[in-house]
Amino acid sequence: MTSASSTARVRVELPSSLCRLACIDCEVTLKITGPITQLSVLDALEARYPMLQGTIRDPLTNLRRPFIRFFACGEDLSHLPPSDPLPQPVVEGAQPFLIIGAIAGG
Amino acid sequence: MSRVRLLVGTKKGAFILTADGARKDWNVSGPHFAGWEIYHLKGSPVDPNRIYASQSSGWFGQVMQRSDNGGETWAAVGNKFAYDGEAGTHQWYDGTAHPWEFKRVWHIEPSLTDPDTVYAGIEDAALFKSNDAGASWQEVSGLRKHGSGPAWQPGAGGMCLHSIILDPADPLRMYIAISAAGAFRTDDGGASWKPINKGLHSLYIPNPTAEVGHCVHHIAMHPERPGTLFMQKHWDVMRSDDSGDNWTEISGDLPTDFGFVIDVHAHEPETLYVVPIKSDGEHFPPDGRLRVYRSRAGGHEWEPLSSGLPQSNCYVNVLRDAMTTDSLDECGVYFGTTGGQVYASADSGDTWNAIVRDLPAVFSVEAQTLP
Repeated sequence: MTSASSTARVRVELPSSLCRLACIDCEVTLKITGPITQLSVLDALEARYPMLQGTIRDPLTNLRRPFIRFFACGEDLSHLPPSDPLPQPVVEGAQPFLIIGAIAGG
Repeated sequence: MSRVRLLVGTKKGAFILTADGARKDWNVSGPHFAGWEIYHLKGSPVDPNRIYASQSSGWFGQVMQRSDNGGETWAAVGNKFAYDGEAGTHQWYDGTAHPWEFKRVWHIEPSLTDPDTVYAGIEDAALFKSNDAGASWQEVSGLRKHGSGPAWQPGAGGMCLHSIILDPADPLRMYIAISAAGAFRTDDGGASWKPINKGLHSLYIPNPTAEVGHCVHHIAMHPERPGTLFMQKHWDVMRSDDSGDNWTEISGDLPTDFGFVIDVHAHEPETLYVVPIKSDGEHFPPDGRLRVYRSRAGGHEWEPLSSGLPQSNCYVNVLRDAMTTDSLDECGVYFGTTGGQVYASADSGDTWNAIVRDLPAVFSVEAQTLP
């Protein structure tokens, strides 16, 4: 578990469209202090790569976009409350937090 | 020698096509923003290397891009389009009230005098303005709060504000058009707006001559005649000689008066171009023959221009922002198709050549004439 003051190194994988937009490799590591949640991960991601603001969650409501999913440790975490803690392997950097563009279309 | 740069928005990215003044040999750059829908790109008339682009995706929403070097590199700018105050409702397809929701930017119109000022026309229909080169956007809310706003309803392609025309002779005057609300004008810099749809006749609405509700597809103006407007409506090609207060039909002898694009010759204010499309149910050229129609009389009398264009088995469409002209001495005319072709004419439309044939579906084409 992380305490309010500890710093974790969280691995985040992004869909290729967002990697090209941010000109980054598709996995980035974020240093995050405090609780590791969807909210803190996305806040840290958007702070480091401002061009991603609005692409994963709505820029006005901060709600996850309908065709975006969050996976980790083989689980779909998309519907977890954004402030809930993420699984410990994500906190420890053993597993990435996956941001997925949902399969849609034919 | 002057050059031409074409900014082409497609369903899967942007392309930049450049040529010298002869306009025979073209360099193709792209795709920029590969995989994203690029509804529109447009350069500043003051600083042509300042280009704005609307990049959107069903997955990832709206991104606005700006280039300060003619499209060589890009930087994402602001993408927060917050309606001013309580968003309210407009009519949905079934007649019920539907909340105003931002979906995408359809059209970008840079200021005629300031490269940092730019307008954006969005879906659900509203006009936004940025005074800081796209970093932040504020709604020009006098338009949407015009009394008729709750009665506006979407066309088949959504309720989009797709046309923005800035009056070069009057910085306080601006025209916009919305599918399917109609055309509007402001004479006070956007504080207040009036519908300018008198003379339009639309059989697909309960009152064919209603003040609003018309599916205007595009409007065009020659900068030397800012009081004269031309319109391609859902059906009917129209003109106004009193800044939109009254419209008369100029479809004349067109084979069909349905279509999306309309544009004006760069040096001849009475020379117009349209691309007739068979019908609202059949979005392709009549008889499978792709023909631009030109009027040199400001309408009514039209001549088909087909040299170099496919005259059999052609079933593409030409969307509302997909025609443009350059301002070289011999006016160049350009258009893109949903089949991915971009056609160019370096002789005012007499003859055509395909610059490219296999792009994704073309949404928009804008020409920049460069020194």
